[in-house]
Amino acid sequence: MYAYIIRRLVATIPIMAIVAVFVFMLLHLSPGDPAAIIAGDFATEEQILKIREQLGLNDPLYIQFGSWLINLLQGDMGQSIYSGLPVTKLIGQRLEPTLMLTLCTMLIAITMAIPLGVIAAWKVGTWIDRAVMTLAVFGFSVPVFVIGYLLILGGSRTLGWFPVQGYTSILESVPGFLSHITLPALTLGAVYMALIARMTRATMLEVLNEDYVRTAYAKGLATRKVLVKHALKNAMVPISTTIGLGVALLIGGVVVTESVFAIPGLGRLTVDAVLRTDYPVIQGVILVFSFTYVLLNLLIDLSYVLFDPRIRY
Amino acid sequence: MSLHVQDLSFGARLKHRARVVAESFKRNPTMLFGVAVLLLMAGLAFLAPWLGLPDPMQQSPRDRLQSPSPEALFGTDMYGRDLFSRVLHGGQVSLVVGLTVAAMATIFGLAIGLVSGFVRRVDAVIMRLMDALMSIPSILLAIALVALWGSSVPNVILALTIPEIPRVVRLVRSVVLMLRDQLYVQAAIACGTSTPRILIRHILPNTIPPLIVQATYICAQAVIFEAYLSFVGAGTPPEIPSWGNIMAEGRMFFFQSVGIILYPGAFLALTVFAINTFGDGLRDSLDPRMQRRV
Repeated sequence: MYAYIIRRLVATIPIMAIVAVFVFMLLHLSPGDPAAIIAGDFATEEQILKIREQLGLNDPLYIQFGSWLINLLQGDMGQSIYSGLPVTKLIGQRLEPTLMLTLCTMLIAITMAIPLGVIAAWKVGTWIDRAVMTLAVFGFSVPVFVIGYLLILGGSRTLGWFPVQGYTSILESVPGFLSHITLPALTLGAVYMALIARMTRATMLEVLNEDYVRTAYAKGLATRKVLVKHALKNAMVPISTTIGLGVALLIGGVVVTESVFAIPGLGRLTVDAVLRTDYPVIQGVILVFSFTYVLLNLLIDLSYVLFDPRIRY
Repeated sequence: MSLHVQDLSFGARLKHRARVVAESFKRNPTMLFGVAVLLLMAGLAFLAPWLGLPDPMQQSPRDRLQSPSPEALFGTDMYGRDLFSRVLHGGQVSLVVGLTVAAMATIFGLAIGLVSGFVRRVDAVIMRLMDALMSIPSILLAIALVALWGSSVPNVILALTIPEIPRVVRLVRSVVLMLRDQLYVQAAIACGTSTPRILIRHILPNTIPPLIVQATYICAQAVIFEAYLSFVGAGTPPEIPSWGNIMAEGRMFFFQSVGIILYPGAFLALTVFAINTFGDGLRDSLDPRMQRRV
């Protein structure tokens, strides 16, 4: 098991390395002078020269990459062109809201979507099944920010249950945190929930046709037990794969959701950096999100042992 | 005893496929609904210049943020521009982006996937590159690309295509790997058929049904992602109305006039829903093996 974990961790190194090369090359693959792109349309010759100096764009490409990589390995992602602050510091400041938002979203989405999917598969063909599937398709079709504004309209403006925008840290006030995070988490969770519910239903439908499920029913087990202990447990491997891959959707959604709800997280940082073409920050955010995504999916791969004792590493 | 010889000519197979699709329309009325909505949306979007609507860019500050009325069906936006006209015209960008991204991602992914699946020597290298590309969340990559390249419709299309390619490559490659060991391919190799000919004549046709299904999902996603890009300010430039940038520009005025987000949002959602429904129907009829999956 440990040997396998180490092997898998080592196998992610080349992937991360290619991601790093790719992210580094993004700027250089763009048409035109990188310094001019970053400086924007209204920059003076002097500003462009300064940026070129600051980013070391005068050096040959391999030296630029080398020093960038060495700095990266030491945890230095360079400085923001806009504010001059270190990128790692900027990311560190914005990490908490994004992390909490993503965790709450996953928690809500998973605890709602899996039971919905199981029930839909159990009652396949009935109105319950159709209702769940319609909701899922709805979640797939409506853009995140439209759901966000609809929730603000309903939950904040009409009912007045939730604040419209903003964020309170859980360390400051737990009720404040909960009231601020509920609408964004529901917004962000809609697509994710749709994805998981559909996958749960599809896998459950397959598993419910297996002989051992019939046997479990035949020996008189309660439906609940058959569904959860026999069927769902066997369906968990593809479901957890979907949970992992779906995080990519969450990361994309975070950028939009944080803009809608004015949450000072990494998504908001990304949008600001894009508007200012603050390239080191864009680079840093992509790297952090990509590495998290890769590691999370590795963790999920390893977690299959929990659901399926037949899998041995 | 009569011997039934199946007609395997290309024309006959095409006819067969067409019949399968036609039958699935009958069995699957929601698919018909999807196609109907899509045609309606495309018609409204591309015929909008001839429908006698106000110019979507014509500002008239005195009529800003009007409620819906017989003159302006959806009301007006913060510059007094006719929202109905803007939403109809905006469909053009969204549909063009969706279709072009789907077509380009499919073509590039197909070419790379065929080579990767069949030519062992390059497979490992290509797949590592694709793995790396896939581990960057697609919307982030697209945002970064447009931020660097500048806002324009072609840049948005390219930026949305690149992250989709690896997913198509993986699909095509898995089909190729499965087919490569089939007897008829082995027989073709034994006969001395050239590699390009085997790929195009014997393998490519089998990748088409799952690819068409995949393409519909890419199209649906691209329509949504165009809106995301515009929303964060790295999308369609403001001088061309698109569902995404109408909503992006209108967000500040949402509480004064909810229609500014809800109308384009509803058009977009309905379109994506229709594409997805169409894709689900196609999947059920073209690719029976995938029927039971999500």
